[in-house]
Amino acid sequence: MHELSIAMSIVEMAEEEAARQGGHVSAVHLKLGALSGVVKEALLSSYEMACEGTCLAGSHLIVEEIPIVMFCAPCNAQRAISSAQWFCCPECGSPSSDIVQGKELEVVALEILGEDVDDALPSRAVSEIAPCEMVGQKMIDLESRK
Amino acid sequence: MKNEPRMIEVRKNVLKANDIIAHALRDRFRAAGVFVVSLVSSPGSGKTAFLEKTLTLLRQNYSVAALVGDLATENDAVRLARSQAPVKQIVTGTVCHLEAAMVEKALADWDLDQLDFLFVENVGNLVCPSSYDLGENLRIVLMSVTEGEDKPLKYPTIFNSADAGVITKIDLAKVVEFDESAALANIQAVRPGMRVFTVSAKTGLGTENFLDYLRSRRAVSQENAIA
Repeated sequence: MHELSIAMSIVEMAEEEAARQGGHVSAVHLKLGALSGVVKEALLSSYEMACEGTCLAGSHLIVEEIPIVMFCAPCNAQRAISSAQWFCCPECGSPSSDIVQGKELEVVALEILGEDVDDALPSRAVSEIAPCEMVGQKMIDLESRK
Repeated sequence: MKNEPRMIEVRKNVLKANDIIAHALRDRFRAAGVFVVSLVSSPGSGKTAFLEKTLTLLRQNYSVAALVGDLATENDAVRLARSQAPVKQIVTGTVCHLEAAMVEKALADWDLDQLDFLFVENVGNLVCPSSYDLGENLRIVLMSVTEGEDKPLKYPTIFNSADAGVITKIDLAKVVEFDESAALANIQAVRPGMRVFTVSAKTGLGTENFLDYLRSRRAVSQENAIA
């Protein structure tokens, strides 16, 4: 169970970024690959613990699960596979160890509530960001979560 | 508008701190000309017995050493020291895996230039070690015949992160009715093309094949370092 130390790293990373940006982190967006070795449910409960007593207390961890994609040489194409128990091309059946995607464990974005919105040059308002541009199709609608 | 959150793009690997240290270690290993092999497996799969055998045999022609991680006790270091190779125990306390910083700290006072092979035995755990790069050249995953043929299917991530596999305690295969071809097929399902060695640390069966593999991989790594 190393999810707590992973969660603490995430919190630390977000705290640093929040200090740089100014404001309060309301959510952290994370990409989590199916081959990252990290269990989503364990990470979510660890995250709450890791946030306690920090400026991230009460923030949400929004996880985008990333499926495994391998490169199939005979097909000369990238193929998504649905199971980590069977690394074979779903089209032609050839085995492959060439993993293109699925090991991600990456903080992609933070949602920050702050007073100095006007000064935040590198950032954009959430409403300007297309849902799939940064955090993929599973991005939760910010308005509906309030 | 003021109460709406703003989105800040970050794009940072959560394990970046570990990866930076692992990369530095890898550079240090390359500069020193030492080939580093890490071992991962579940508790009780025979990592320590297999490593003791490996150290004893390799020591005849090479300068070898080992680091061994455990939550508690120095028992494994004591066992490995019987091989006469230098051994250091890393006691992780409550941490269920080794991290690059622990390896770095343990090696602080070692002269790596003197070594040909360094082995790093991870904490017995088939889950957590998969996420942490230790700067090793080669990661070996072990499973014993007593664990069941489906271990690779149950823990695909760690098998997938390894470079080669070792099936240990093959001397017990008959007693526990171990189906070797099923185990090999399961390994190939989660990690196509992976080399697998079948060994017995007790009888020595298969260990020479594994040592040949280590020697050839070390030679390739040295050629690459020069080129």
